[in-house]
Amino acid sequence: MSNQVALTGNEVMAQAMRQINPDVVAAYPITPQTAMVQLFSQFVADGKVDTEYVTVESEHSAMSATVGASAAGSRAMTATAANGLALMWEVLYIASGTRLPIVMPVVNRALSGPINIHCDHSDAMGARDSGWIQFFAENGQEAYDNAIQAVRISEHEDVRLPSIVNLDGFIISHAVENLEILADEDVEEFVGDYQADNYLLNSEDPIAVGPLDLQDFYFEHKMQQAVAASNVKDVVLEVAKEYEEISGREYGLFEEYKLDDAEVAVVALGSTTGTAKAAVDNLREQGVKAGLLKIRLYRPFPAEEIANALKDLDAVAILDRADTFSTTGGPVYIDTRAALYDSDADLEVVNYVYGLGGRDIKVEEIESVFEDLQQIAETGNVEQKINYLGVRE
Amino acid sequence: MVKPGDGYKDIPKGGLILEAGNAKNYKTGGWRTKKPILDKETCINCHRCWAFCPDSSVLSEDGDVKAEIDYDHCKGCGICAHECPVNAIEMEKE
Repeated sequence: MSNQVALTGNEVMAQAMRQINPDVVAAYPITPQTAMVQLFSQFVADGKVDTEYVTVESEHSAMSATVGASAAGSRAMTATAANGLALMWEVLYIASGTRLPIVMPVVNRALSGPINIHCDHSDAMGARDSGWIQFFAENGQEAYDNAIQAVRISEHEDVRLPSIVNLDGFIISHAVENLEILADEDVEEFVGDYQADNYLLNSEDPIAVGPLDLQDFYFEHKMQQAVAASNVKDVVLEVAKEYEEISGREYGLFEEYKLDDAEVAVVALGSTTGTAKAAVDNLREQGVKAGLLKIRLYRPFPAEEIANALKDLDAVAILDRADTFSTTGGPVYIDTRAALYDSDADLEVVNYVYGLGGRDIKVEEIESVFEDLQQIAETGNVEQKINYLGVRE
Repeated sequence: MVKPGDGYKDIPKGGLILEAGNAKNYKTGGWRTKKPILDKETCINCHRCWAFCPDSSVLSEDGDVKAEIDYDHCKGCGICAHECPVNAIEMEKE
């Protein structure tokens, strides 16, 4: 049985962590941390979870302690945001390279400088090649559902990779939503007990974790990681099917919104996809065949499936809430263009970088992107491939 | 037990080493550029080299250091030669 509740994104993620009931949570308790671990620490203090809660002096230490706890054989979690994630960078690779199935909610916020604490995806995008699985969510409900599924996906024997569960800073993390949380016992049964194959606290069968791994074997271990990443898609779909049985909510690698017969569409991540749905609905009323592809699984990137979903469009715009400063566009644009290169699709692909540092993105702005797309579809002319949406000159 | 040349399908995930006490299987002798040579005539068997060796590569048998040096693991750091009070150890280029 599930409960209908009104909670902020931070609150519902704290509830997800309570229901997952990890053995260890190590977190840096002050800014750029969010209310999520503060609320979770209250559950620890109130005896609502069995978790060993470790407060540390930095995010580098938070991830290090989480890595240690996971290597010891426990189900370990942490959470962070923005520059906190940036400070974890070195240890992110140790977690994925050591194949530790840690799950970490990340509240997406801009990286300073100049100093900014509001929503964009520059934090998560910095970690996009770190070997972590990454999920994005349109709202608090999806973030909650992704967190619970991520435990099973990360711990799956074909995967054994850590997961970042992204939710947009403030827009999702601080806004109250009407959502459904599952019954505690349903989550407990769904995530089950974690049993590591080999772990440090197994005195019967001692092992070494994290040894020197030079020219002779490092490459082989990275190859194992690449194979594990290629297994993720199937496991995501398998776990989603099981999750639908207990939640009634359907998940895939991405969501296609009115994309079937669409001629023009946008691709986006996070809360902006809700805004984009409103724009698509408005345009549909005006007879424009508009659609949206909302990416849920961003890493590993479901390239073939996305290319296949987009191939019949005349033009598509990729919305990026982060820039790469490579002059070749935002990260999702680069990924999507690369995916389309191998397909037989014949469509124009353009990029709109938007919303940096929490700059609001409005329905009308996304409608203006669709206007550009219609013009591109009609004329076949692309004036500018990489655009900045909502910035003043 | 992982063997040199094993492929990615045959080795434990994530660089784990599943056998305990495995350091001796990793032969670090190949790192050496200079090799300690013990002059058994000059040696007074004081065991200083044995005590100082960071890799436990000076072998002592029945209280006698005049046994051998474990060249499979000696990295050639030269601490033994430096500590020897009677200059019985010389570092020779490999």
